[in-house]
This record gives sequence, C-alpha cells and structure tokens, in this order.
Amino acid sequence: MIETTITPSIASRPVYSRLEPRPGKAHLLVADAEGAEAILALAEVAPSGFFDHAHVIHIRKATASTYTERLRGLKPAQFYSGPTYEAAVPRLRRTLLGAHMGLQVYLAGTESLMGQAMQEAAQAGIPYGAIQAEHRGSTARRMQCVHCKGITEDVTTDPFVCSHCGLHLFVRDHYSRRLAAFQGVRVDAEDPGNIPEPVERFR
Amino acid sequence: MSAGTEKIDVTVADVTPVNELVTRFRFVRSDGGPMPTFSGGAHTVVEMQDGGRTRLNPYSLMSDPADRSGFSISVRRDDAGRGGSLYMHTKVHQGMKMVVSNPVNLFSLDLRARKHLMIAGGIGITPFMAQIKQLTAMNGNFELHYAVRTAALATYADELHATHPTRVHIYHDDRGEAIKLERLLDGQPLGTHLYVCGPKGMIAWVRKTAEELGWPREAVHHEEFLAPASGKPFEVKLALSNKVIKVGEHQSLLEAIEEAGVDAPYLCRGGACGQCETDVIGYDGKFLHNDHWLTDDQKSSGKKIMPCVSRFEGKTLVLDR
Repeated sequence: MIETTITPSIASRPVYSRLEPRPGKAHLLVADAEGAEAILALAEVAPSGFFDHAHVIHIRKATASTYTERLRGLKPAQFYSGPTYEAAVPRLRRTLLGAHMGLQVYLAGTESLMGQAMQEAAQAGIPYGAIQAEHRGSTARRMQCVHCKGITEDVTTDPFVCSHCGLHLFVRDHYSRRLAAFQGVRVDAEDPGNIPEPVERFR
Repeated sequence: MSAGTEKIDVTVADVTPVNELVTRFRFVRSDGGPMPTFSGGAHTVVEMQDGGRTRLNPYSLMSDPADRSGFSISVRRDDAGRGGSLYMHTKVHQGMKMVVSNPVNLFSLDLRARKHLMIAGGIGITPFMAQIKQLTAMNGNFELHYAVRTAALATYADELHATHPTRVHIYHDDRGEAIKLERLLDGQPLGTHLYVCGPKGMIAWVRKTAEELGWPREAVHHEEFLAPASGKPFEVKLALSNKVIKVGEHQSLLEAIEEAGVDAPYLCRGGACGQCETDVIGYDGKFLHNDHWLTDDQKSSGKKIMPCVSRFEGKTLVLDR
C-alpha cells in the first residue's frame, strides 16, 4: 500500500487528502516517484478531455522508468519526466509565470516535493488552500536545522546528523510552509554528548 | 453594543445630492479631532434617532482611507426599504449631530494579490471608491467593471473614468451593455483577486461563474449587506436576562433585543460577519434564517440564530442572551 495515513499531531504538521478533479481552465500536476500513482488514480475519475489541458511533471527518483509510459499514456498536453526536483524547477516556474486564473494545481508524492512545489505555486499567487496535495511513497522528511539553517533531505532517522553543521538533531512535527521543511533541533543541547541511539521513523 | 466598535460623535459637514437617488454625507468629529484610519472596503454603522426609535445602518466608507479629516458615505434612497435611507435623505442636514461607529472592514483588499479585479453594480460602487483611492496611493494594479442602469444614475462613474480612463469600464443597462464575465475572467493573470459588490443576483452570478472557471474561493471576495426582512411579529424569551420581548413586524430580532436594554454583540448588522451569532436554548416553531454566516447544517440544527437578519415563526423561542 503506497497511500499514507498521517498520525494527527500539532497544527503545523501538514495533512493531505486524495486528489480530485476540479473544474479549471488548465491543470498542472507535479509528482515524484510513487506520486505517479495518485495521478493515475486521478485519471480514472477525471472527466474526459481533462488531460487535453494538463501539464504533467514527474520526478522519477528511485522509481526510474516504472511510471513513465503509463503517465505518457494519459496523453497530457505537456509531459516532462526528469531525474530530480531541482531539474524540474525552471520548467515549473516558467509554467506558473505564464499561467492564468483557473489553473488547478495537483501535487503528489513526498512531502519534500509537495512542500517545495507548493511554495512555488503560492508565490505565483495561488492561495495555499486551493492547492491539492496527496502523499504517496516515502515518508522521509526534508529537515531544516534550526541552528545553522541548513536543509537535510530524505531524513529517515530520529535523531539525525545535520548534513551542514554536524549537530545531532531531533525531528519535530513543527513544519514551516515558508521553508517547506520540518524543524530539527539539537537533541543534546541541555546535556552535550548525551545522544540517543537513532531510530528509523520514516521510510 | 458591539464588541470593538467604539462610537464617534460627529457633525454632518456636508450633504451633497449626487443624482436622483444617491446623496453623499460627510461626517467630521464634533470634537475637531482626526477620524480613525480605515482600509478600503470598511463600513461604519450610522445611528439614526428616528422618532422614538434608534436605527443602526451600516454604510461603506467611500472617502480616501488616508484622509483623516472626515468620513464620507453615499446613500441610495430606497422608498420600499425599512426607512433608514429615507431618514438619511429627508432628515439629515448640515450641522446635525450624529453618532457613527469606528470603521469595521469585512471586505478588505487582499494585498498579496497581483491584480485586483473589481465588479460593481449600482450603489455597490461605494466600497470600491475607497479601495481605488488606497490602491492608487500605492500604485496598485486594479481594474474596475461597473454596471449602472443609466448614465444619469451612474454614481461617480464620470469621476472614476476621468481619473482612471484605462482601468475603469462602465456598462449601461439602458444601452444594452453588459459585463461579458466569462471573457473577462478568462486569461486573468495568476494571483488575480476578484471583488464583487452589488445586487444579490450579481454577486451570485459572479461567484458561480468564477467557481465554474476554477477560481479559488480564497481569491473571490464579496460584500452584500442584507437589510433585515420584515415579517410576522413574534415573542422571544431571553434566558440570561430573564426577559420576554416582542419583535415587531418591521423590527429585527437584534433591534428588539437592544430596545429591551440587553447588550448584544454585533458588527455588520447584515448577516455577514457572524458577530451576533446566538445560541438557541429551546424552540417550538420554525426559523427563518436569512443570514449567510451559518452553515446549512447549523441552520437546520435549531441551535443557532443570527438575530440581525433572521426571524422566527411559532409558539416559543428561548435564546441564551
């Protein structure tokens, strides 16, 4: 089962729901890895002609070419398949720059992908509440070290080592929409050197 | 009284007829001080001592929000209304002492917008007058589409068009001109916010069209003041104050509560802001919900009422007030 259930936590911890087709002049769908499954599921309930005005961006990551042909088979007006989110950013920005009101944005996959793409869409003028997001695949987190501000991607253990400053950080549910990252706080701040054994919390 | 709405003692500085139906009123502080600041889209509640009765009607502020020397409102005469606008037109004169509330804004600009697209119908132009002044001062990007019945009744259309010839578009009903809404909404840049103020039908049309074209709810703003509907008189028990009051045919429940000397919260007095939401303790009869605040579920639950615009028909109604 790729669909994820998120345990209720503090208010800042994002929650996600199933993508649903909404009326719109154009549709922008951005997914990474298993997020492709959410787009394929959406396609099953989407009205005919939906993909005639759709732009699909898929970031393959570890899924390699698993979903590429199935996504292409939806016959979106534009289709891009790329290796990393960073590689897709110029295309995403250019698409939003030329977009008009009535564009619907659908995000699917990891929280890192959805959070960063949501930042781009919100900066382009779409209210957060109007952006759909469905979590699929890895629950690994994009973390910001609150001490050095560096971002560590794909964090699976708690605590983890900041890839920038080397501090041992514990993983909070406290999420920043502005940074598209959860907050990591030094675990041994009170008692330097007392670092608990890392536990794998995310996959 | 209303939470957060302080009263201001004012003097009527000017009464200016604008056209056959609309008159402008200018209020300055009686103590000579500056008015509070406000943001475009705000309204003030004007108190009218009409015979033995106090009327409290909300009107959009149309003066420049940066001008603290006074507030201006424009009132359209409604001969079939409950009498507030007729009072303003026939009884209010220059030099008269009145009381207005501090400004309250339930129709503010979203300043994150890349562009402000405004749609006005008739007297619905008033909040946009202040918003346009505010946006002009900050070099904001806006476009106004204003539907009027005739050129003679096109309140402030000439002034607006003269100051913003490329941004203001006027549509005259009697010349068969109409806003081509779908075409207008199509192709607006991402980040555009839509604002509509006008008759009920226009607001519903604009909101529905925008929704069908995929505009986010958060980017569509509307303001509609409902005048409280008249109806059959009814009796209400106010449990907290231990009073039984009668609501007259042309009186709102909120007005009746106030007349009984009971302090009830309010802001907009038009069914929009939610401030006067009141718990129902018991009832035997039928609610006539006229607000657009409560959800349909709340309306059918029999547990809530908005006394500013809603009424009741039946044997007993007990409120937690």
